[in-house]
Amino acid sequence: MDLLLPQLFAGLSLGSVLLLAALGLALTFGQMGVINMAHGEFMMAGAYTAFVTQALVGNAGVSLLVALPAGFLVGGVLGLILEATLIRRMYHRPLDTLLVTWGVALLLQQVARDVFGAPNVDVSVPTWLTGAVSIGGLALPKTRLFILAIAIVCVLALAVVLRSTSLGRRIRAVVQNRDLAEASGISSRATDRTTFFIGSGLAGIAGVAVTLLGSTGPNLGMSYIVDAFLVVVVGGIGHIKGTVIAAAALGLMQAFFEFSTTASIAKVLVFVVIIAFLQVRPQGLLVTRTRSLA
Amino acid sequence: MIRTLTTGRTGPLILLAIAAILLFAVAPIALSPFRLSLLARFLCVAMVAVGIGLAWGRGGLLTLGQGLYFGLGAYVMAMHLKLADAGPGGVPDFMTLYGTGEVPWWWEPMRSPVVTLVLIVLVPATLAAALGWAIFTRRVRGAYFAILSQALAAAFAILLIGQQQTTGGTNGLNGFRAFFGYDLTDPVNQRMLFFIAAGVLLVMVVIARQLMVSRFGELLVAVRDAEDRVRFLGYDPAAVKTIVYVLAAVMAAVGGALFVPIVGIISPTDIGVVPSIGFLIGVAIGGRATLLGPVLGSIAVSWAETSVAEQFPSAWTYFQGALFLGVIAFLPGGLASIVRRRRAAPVTEPEPDPRPEGRTL
Repeated sequence: MDLLLPQLFAGLSLGSVLLLAALGLALTFGQMGVINMAHGEFMMAGAYTAFVTQALVGNAGVSLLVALPAGFLVGGVLGLILEATLIRRMYHRPLDTLLVTWGVALLLQQVARDVFGAPNVDVSVPTWLTGAVSIGGLALPKTRLFILAIAIVCVLALAVVLRSTSLGRRIRAVVQNRDLAEASGISSRATDRTTFFIGSGLAGIAGVAVTLLGSTGPNLGMSYIVDAFLVVVVGGIGHIKGTVIAAAALGLMQAFFEFSTTASIAKVLVFVVIIAFLQVRPQGLLVTRTRSLA
Repeated sequence: MIRTLTTGRTGPLILLAIAAILLFAVAPIALSPFRLSLLARFLCVAMVAVGIGLAWGRGGLLTLGQGLYFGLGAYVMAMHLKLADAGPGGVPDFMTLYGTGEVPWWWEPMRSPVVTLVLIVLVPATLAAALGWAIFTRRVRGAYFAILSQALAAAFAILLIGQQQTTGGTNGLNGFRAFFGYDLTDPVNQRMLFFIAAGVLLVMVVIARQLMVSRFGELLVAVRDAEDRVRFLGYDPAAVKTIVYVLAAVMAAVGGALFVPIVGIISPTDIGVVPSIGFLIGVAIGGRATLLGPVLGSIAVSWAETSVAEQFPSAWTYFQGALFLGVIAFLPGGLASIVRRRRAAPVTEPEPDPRPEGRTL
């Protein structure tokens, strides 16, 4: 038991980071079917937003609270620009969208390298998040608890928006049947834009959050994007619940495998489990049943 | 003119002859040993491109993880070269530096040159067949397949980095002295390697062409354009996809195996997520569904990369990003589609609306 609990916490903590990175993707990839490889770079933009905010505000505690909404805005606006200029033209070519947004990702990385320099920068952690909370002899770092909290808040907020606001109803209507939604007077263009804004904004928040864990560099997005996509693939499309379960499962698996082997072998094992899992459920955990042939 | 050259019966033969003359007669005279060795490297990358052209251009399989197979071929070859350098019963230098000083069991088969050559093909082919079969029979396709293939390359690179004692970690394997007994520092042997690479590439192009005009080639395009209809006609799309995936994997592996003696180093940075997607841009520029487009596009991109990076190191990333963005978004058929614009039925049409899987229509 003494060995199990730290792994459990490490897994959940990793899962919460994965969830934050994947939540926006679940919206844009899962709901809209757009594969945005620049999602990781929106995270990076959020992380650099935290860095800039701290340079401007000074106080680490205040700047973190400012950076969270600011990161959301920066990520969202970047997403909006991407949607309006490129993705809008490519809704019927999802695989090509992947490569185009990869190009965007490369451009954004190089911009970050030229503006902020290639070496990593650090965002200092506010004093009220340093140290750990001790529960039953188990030391839980406050930063990790904070990220867990942010992830939970984001999921709940997204769930409320999707479930009980008129915006959420419009999003769900467009996702389920674009033509019928349009026939009912919903502007699917405007809905697409808003969905993309929210999804990309969530990447921005994720970026701010991960600055608490380590330093920020131009390649920050690259290190999360593959895992984030795997979370969405395992979780199944069109269900936030599936994304949450998948993120937790992958995080826990990684932590437990890492405990018994090494970090790199754990990664490969997790991947093997994912392939095996897709044998059983090729569409992911939760599936929207449709009559399409896919 | 171009039309008859690319589609006629004798046309491809003429093109092949021109390519052979350029590679075997003109290039060795016109280029300095340094440039020739660079071109040899580009040819290795072009081998990966031939496979991607078949799998992606013809078969619609967006494989973002060819670095995995490129790496497998490269590491098998590199392990053999390291063991050969160490001599019979010897231990490669880096293992005594970082590791236990003992050769792990899975290195032992690579002591034999024949086994090495067999494994360069067999290892990637087996892995690709197993993975492909597992993935395709469950009808995991489109974006899902792309993401999985990318994760494969990522996982492989991470695995290599983590096993410093037995794979060289981030440094990779390097410092080879000889290639099957031939001294690698001798320019004559470098030229021989160039000829081998050129010959292998030409053979691959011939194989690709034979496949494209065969029944299998027709079936492949049919699977790309209307998988369900192919299934209803009684064919098995999973088998078609697995075969082309294995073929692309083997081509990438052979390219990787030749890359090692020519360049002199293989490391995880050559095979991770970024280089794996990087293989695609040349294919896209040349024309993904054409025979020669991927080869020419890939060589052009490699050449552009070296010349841009020589002068403006940071500009290449901008350039590459802009290429991906511009070509895929605005010229999905690649440069070949400009050449063929006048033709009635364009071969290189963008994939017709593969709806995101599982979405309600």
